[in-house]
Amino acid sequence: MQLDDIISAVKSAHDSRTPLRIRGAGSKDFYGGLLAGEVLDVASHRGIVAYEPTELYITAKCGTPLAEIEAVLAEKGQMLAFEPPQFGGATVGGCVAAGLSGPRRQQAGAVRDFVLGVKLVDGTGQMLNFGGQVMKNVAGYDVSRVIAGSLGTLGVIAEVTLKVLPKPVAETTLVFACDAAEAIRRLNDWGGQPLPISASFWHDGQLWLRLSGARAAVEAATAKLGGSSTVTPEKHWNSIREQTHPAFAASPLWRLALPSTAPCPELDGLRAIEWGGALRWYAGEIDGDHEAVRVAAASLGGHAVLYRAPESLRCRDGAFAELPPALLALHRRLKKAFDPQGILNPGRLYAEF
Amino acid sequence: MNSPDPAFSTDLAALVARLRLFLPPHCLLLGEEDLRPYECDGLTAYRELPLAVCLPETEAQVIDILRTCHSLGVPVVARGAGTGLSGGAMPHAQGVVLSLARFNKILRVDRAARLAVVQPGVRNLAVSEAAAPFGLYYAPDPSSQIACTLGGNVAENSGGVHCLKYGLTVHNVLRIRVVSIEGEVFEIGSEAPDAAGYDLPALMIGSEGMLGVVTEVTVKLVPKPELAQVVMASFADVAKAGDAVAAIIAAGIIPAGLEMMDKAATAAVEPFVKAGYDMNAEAILLCESDGTPEEVAEEIARVTEVLNAAGASDIRVSQSEAERLRFWAGRKAAFPAVGRITPDYYCMDGTIPRKRLAEMLSAIAAMETKYGLRCANVFHAGDGNLHPLIMYDASKPGDWERAEAFGAEILELSVALGGSITGEHGVGIEKINQMCVQYATPEIEAFHRVKAAFDETGLLNPGKAVPSLHRCAEYGRMHVHHGDVKFPELERF
Ligand SMILES: Cc1cc2nc3c(=O)[nH]c(=O)nc-3n(C[C@H](O)[C@H](O)[C@H](O)COP(=O)(O)OP(=O)(O)OC[C@H]3O[C@@H](n4cnc5c(N)ncnc54)[C@H](O)[C@@H]3O)c2cc1C
Ligand SMILES: Cc1cc2nc3c(=O)[nH]c(=O)nc-3n(C[C@H](O)[C@H](O)[C@H](O)COP(=O)(O)OP(=O)(O)OC[C@H]3O[C@@H](n4cnc5c(N)ncnc54)[C@H](O)[C@@H]3O)c2cc1C
Repeated sequence: MQLDDIISAVKSAHDSRTPLRIRGAGSKDFYGGLLAGEVLDVASHRGIVAYEPTELYITAKCGTPLAEIEAVLAEKGQMLAFEPPQFGGATVGGCVAAGLSGPRRQQAGAVRDFVLGVKLVDGTGQMLNFGGQVMKNVAGYDVSRVIAGSLGTLGVIAEVTLKVLPKPVAETTLVFACDAAEAIRRLNDWGGQPLPISASFWHDGQLWLRLSGARAAVEAATAKLGGSSTVTPEKHWNSIREQTHPAFAASPLWRLALPSTAPCPELDGLRAIEWGGALRWYAGEIDGDHEAVRVAAASLGGHAVLYRAPESLRCRDGAFAELPPALLALHRRLKKAFDPQGILNPGRLYAEF
Repeated sequence: MNSPDPAFSTDLAALVARLRLFLPPHCLLLGEEDLRPYECDGLTAYRELPLAVCLPETEAQVIDILRTCHSLGVPVVARGAGTGLSGGAMPHAQGVVLSLARFNKILRVDRAARLAVVQPGVRNLAVSEAAAPFGLYYAPDPSSQIACTLGGNVAENSGGVHCLKYGLTVHNVLRIRVVSIEGEVFEIGSEAPDAAGYDLPALMIGSEGMLGVVTEVTVKLVPKPELAQVVMASFADVAKAGDAVAAIIAAGIIPAGLEMMDKAATAAVEPFVKAGYDMNAEAILLCESDGTPEEVAEEIARVTEVLNAAGASDIRVSQSEAERLRFWAGRKAAFPAVGRITPDYYCMDGTIPRKRLAEMLSAIAAMETKYGLRCANVFHAGDGNLHPLIMYDASKPGDWERAEAFGAEILELSVALGGSITGEHGVGIEKINQMCVQYATPEIEAFHRVKAAFDETGLLNPGKAVPSLHRCAEYGRMHVHHGDVKFPELERF
């Protein structure tokens, strides 16, 4: 599918008010509200448009598989620092639309922090260019970052420019035995010190810590922190990034984003803690009372996503935390600004639009 | 400048009567001599007297002011410290200035969670000072940081030397509390790593006071590195210095700061700060490394190697904190230094891809001949953000017109080279024309729709940041006469 085809598909859907369901590799079909509308398959709009290692950016068409992008970056010793999963051939458009990041997010930042520019086909079929390929650009509203995590509800991402970073020179993983509360305490304590921590993961009484950076810095931190080192760290972090680790094998699976210092909510089923304490995964047992999960997360200053669950549950409870009325109204108006007929991925983010 | 705006006509008596219902007398300025200090921000070429200045002390008052202005159709311009350099806080002739100066409290510093909750009128540097006892600091460091406020930083997405490695304001703000023009309060972002719904902080940050009034900001604090050291390298050729910047990045190094000055800038600066700069060099690069002592030593060794390979003619590494600060002193004082050698200068703020540095610099050299004016170049080389200082003499007929044309050509070339018309100072009123160069009609229309989603009546900071489609009129730019600038005590960039 070429750009012109995407544009004309959206234009005719706009004219006939036909809902469209934008699809990259479909690796995310489980995520968010239920799927509705005619499939607009953009996976074939692919290819790397520009890659400038010394400028630290890569521009690719939306259907480009992340695997292809990461392979090209690896040749120059660079990476997508937010470590998105390559699960099932995920595309870069879907990756930005879904807005989810992997283990390095705690140190490097999220998808949105790396979006420099997008080419967007809005809900009327109009081509819009926001941002660009330079690091600093404060001309106009920063629409490209807002697209990250908007789940395709504001436009079809035709092309995206991402900031890339050099891969760290050295990396080590340390393992500690401790319970969840102790893990949260330690992670916050370490987080306040100049230590090169690039990922953390707690599960079942074990805390894994990845250190990345200059060799000397990694060595000094290792000496300071103690813990035992592990033999297959790459495999371990990959299983977290791709969510093949047993900690994620549960349904329904809740994702709680909380302030990193928040205590563990009074809920059963804690499966894992990531991102320096700020991301907590809960599962299975809490299946019955979903309101309690949402309330617990909100009372701690965060929010809960019904991340993976049977359709019936997502239908009943919605995937994402409800917005306060003033914010919901603002979301509706923004949605309308880009997609006046509401044809793009209706209901995928919120039932209301 | 008096620019009647037919879109608004305010009944001042009615407005004042309404404001007096909830604003105590000391929170409302009306007399001309009281309004005068608010007539412009750091871009002094553009002045406008507002009808009134409100200095609220509570969020409830902010809400009431906005509700009042909304119901009477009165334009509102929010104002922090007024250090903006693109005229963003310049008043509207038919409107009020809403100053957040009294919102100057740091509400909370949370050591464990590494964040601070501050009111919008808090100065940027005050946040780092409050965090210092915990070994933490706030990374974005605009050169105006002793004066500029967090509210202004949010509105401008400000950055500084540190932003190459630590990001801009948008990367360091967690949550923002906003009052809409209708007087509705909402919180966007969260102390958690993400929040439900669209990433509205990304939209609010850098929106130049057009979408809402910020009444509270939660910022991320980061651990203070144990050590910082700077390498200073001389180059006999500007193009080589530009290539050295690319080579450092290509070697996988992201320095804590990477700045460049050309010969004209060093010549202006050295007599002023006596930093010991190499006066024969065509360009000087300053490259800072921070982290643990081991890390810094390793990075400095690698940077030195790259700089040598890139053809540096001289390399010096700071041996003490005092020396590090001295190396930086010249870069930071480049503006006042240039102000001493020319009656006037005109500062630009474009961004280009790093690899086009040499090309841009030789184009600027050609423009010097073409316009018959000198230009000194200081810039954030690491992120391609240029600050060419065009020197002219306003008392000579035609000089300013040539300086203006020179500046416009630089900005337009920035866009042509794949960059942007502003890297950190915003569009404000200054670059409203160039927005028409950088963006086409569909994007500008989309910006207007975004604006309307937040502020349907268009009362927040009208006429700034996004040009109307019919009117990409010429407005003029920063004009510095005899070094007579606002905030002369501040470091320049
Ligand atoms: C079991 C499992 C676990 C996962 N865990 C994680 C995880 O922990 N972290 C993480 O980051 N990701 C995770 N993923 C998701 C996934 O691998 C990536 O996020 C991926 O990048 C989504 O890409 P896709 O091409 O498959 O998107 P799709 O599934 O095709 O689409 C995802 C969303 O983006 C929209 N979309 C797709 N392309 C475009 C476009 N061009 N323009 C506008 N909207 C578009 C779709 O409409 C949809 O709303 C997981 C996936 C699975 C199946
Ligand atoms: C000497 C000097 C050096 C500088 N160096 C740098 C630099 O290195 N990097 C850089 O990025 N900038 C720099 N600047 C520019 C300026 O300092 C920044 O843009 C700063 O963020 C402005 O903050 P302020 O509080 O002064 O805002 P103001 O000038 O008062 O306002 C700026 C804009 O923000 C809006 N605004 C202010 N407060 C609020 C609020 N609470 N809610 C909503 N909108 C609001 C205003 O309406 C206006 O549009 C420099 C300026 C000077 C004078």
